[in-house]
Amino acid sequence: MPDQSEGYVTADGRQIGGVLMEMRDITLKFGGVTAIEDISFDIREGEIRAIIGPNGAGKSSMLNIISGFYTPTIGEVWYKGAKRPPMKPYEVARLGVARTFQNIALFEGMTVLDNVMTGRLTHMKAGIAAQALWFGKARAEEMENREVVEKVIDFLEIQNIRKTPVGRLPYGLKKRVELARALAAEPSILLLDEPMAGMNVEEKEDMSRFILDVNDEFGTTIALIEHDMGVVMDISDRVVVMDYGKKIGDGTPSEVRSNQDVIDAYLGVAH
Amino acid sequence: MLNDIFIAPFADMIGAPDFLLQVLWEGLVSGVLYALIALGFVLIFRSSRIFNFAQGIMVVFAALTLVGLHAFGIPAWISVALTLGVMFVLAVGIERIVLRPLVGQPDIILFMATIGITLFLIGGGEIIFGGENKQMITEELGIPTGDTVLEPWGGLLILQHVDITVVVVACTLVAALLGFLNYTQMGRAIRALGDDHQAALSVGISLQTVWVLVWFIAGIIALVTGIAWGARAGVSFALEVIAYKALPVLMLGGLESIAGAIIGGLMIGLLEKLFEIYWGQPLLGGNTETWFAFVLALIVLLFRPQGLFGERIIERV
Repeated sequence: MPDQSEGYVTADGRQIGGVLMEMRDITLKFGGVTAIEDISFDIREGEIRAIIGPNGAGKSSMLNIISGFYTPTIGEVWYKGAKRPPMKPYEVARLGVARTFQNIALFEGMTVLDNVMTGRLTHMKAGIAAQALWFGKARAEEMENREVVEKVIDFLEIQNIRKTPVGRLPYGLKKRVELARALAAEPSILLLDEPMAGMNVEEKEDMSRFILDVNDEFGTTIALIEHDMGVVMDISDRVVVMDYGKKIGDGTPSEVRSNQDVIDAYLGVAH
Repeated sequence: MLNDIFIAPFADMIGAPDFLLQVLWEGLVSGVLYALIALGFVLIFRSSRIFNFAQGIMVVFAALTLVGLHAFGIPAWISVALTLGVMFVLAVGIERIVLRPLVGQPDIILFMATIGITLFLIGGGEIIFGGENKQMITEELGIPTGDTVLEPWGGLLILQHVDITVVVVACTLVAALLGFLNYTQMGRAIRALGDDHQAALSVGISLQTVWVLVWFIAGIIALVTGIAWGARAGVSFALEVIAYKALPVLMLGGLESIAGAIIGGLMIGLLEKLFEIYWGQPLLGGNTETWFAFVLALIVLLFRPQGLFGERIIERV
């Protein structure tokens, strides 16, 4: 386990900063079902943090708590050194938490460019009236947003489909557009819910490269859920392992790989 | 008989082009207003999947409020501002009391709720303002009342200044709305919300804010339409019926499409006027404008159930 107080240096020599987000004793119940039971972990500035586990382990629920779609039954979410009060998802988004969804949630009727532009909504400052009149500040803001968006589009290599309605794109590209929309928000923390789900090997490689590049280029903190163990072990700095709503492991990929509980959870064990 | 249907009307059109222009002009004026009302429907439908049955009564309510406020001795333009205020309060009220508790309910429930809003506004409007026919405060608002006579090809073309004002104002409003929807962040938020609520939340769009906004825009549209139509036909609850002309417009244009609403509105306006003058009056004894649009919509639906511009619905079996 790396030192908890100050940050650490990764195997490939990147400096990881202090704690950005911390989950403290989180429990989530739906009626009588306990989806998450007493889990704590932290996400540090600049790291790629993975949450893994078999089906039904509670990974997506955890991501939904971080992004404000669920409110934990018990426990606290600490963000940037302060306790975060219960919030609506759009309020959490405005605090700099951007996310993608397991089963892609894009605005199908709008073009790629428009979709990515919605990512800038959290940076909207001009009032509605000013926007309606296409007036001074609103106009400058639109230009500024457009610049950021073009940079992201460039970065993710989707320039050639800028004007295509999203509904017409193939699955792999949709995933990339969703990532672009999240990136356009210039988030403090980027949540990826199974970014590689349903992709072929080549698409997975592309996506892994983009995730690493994003982290490298913009220093974005990334928390991701993924099923593909190979990918997770390759790209993440630290891994939380969940099983049946409980945390069974936490540490660097190599630490996790040699953890007996984790091996049991994944390979099954005689009860 | 065949001559009356297929030859005589066209001969009339060519024979008196100035009169044809007059007919087209009047069709255009109604068409622009239909398009505007239809746009109100489309906005609310796109952002919340609600078919807003109350759009028609909102037109009446806005016009009544304006006239009623003026009757209290409040200057015309201040009455307009106050009416806008009332429409905003109405939008907030509808979001709080009706939409918010019904989030996630089936579409039909929300549709029923808008019928409830309709009945509430009819009742409320009658209690507050009374049911009798009123004059729109056209002159007080500075809307010109004269007319311009043109003489194309030595004929006669009369353009009422009220109509010219209506066309200019409605076109400006439509253009402004299009610009707002397509080129501003808030406009994108409105379009986005209709596509995917969850995704909208994740990029920081507040459902409540957008809903209040679209209902307020629908209120503004209602006020403009109310003033325009009130200036031509007086202000009464009969105005509501005119707003229902937006229904065939939407069937033609498709509920989703903003361009469809505009083109559909213009088409209905022009076609119903042409039909009335050249076929309805000589052959059917006139007054066809009340039903022509609906029959047209019916025929279109038979052949294109998704409307002229709607997206084709392909269901997987």
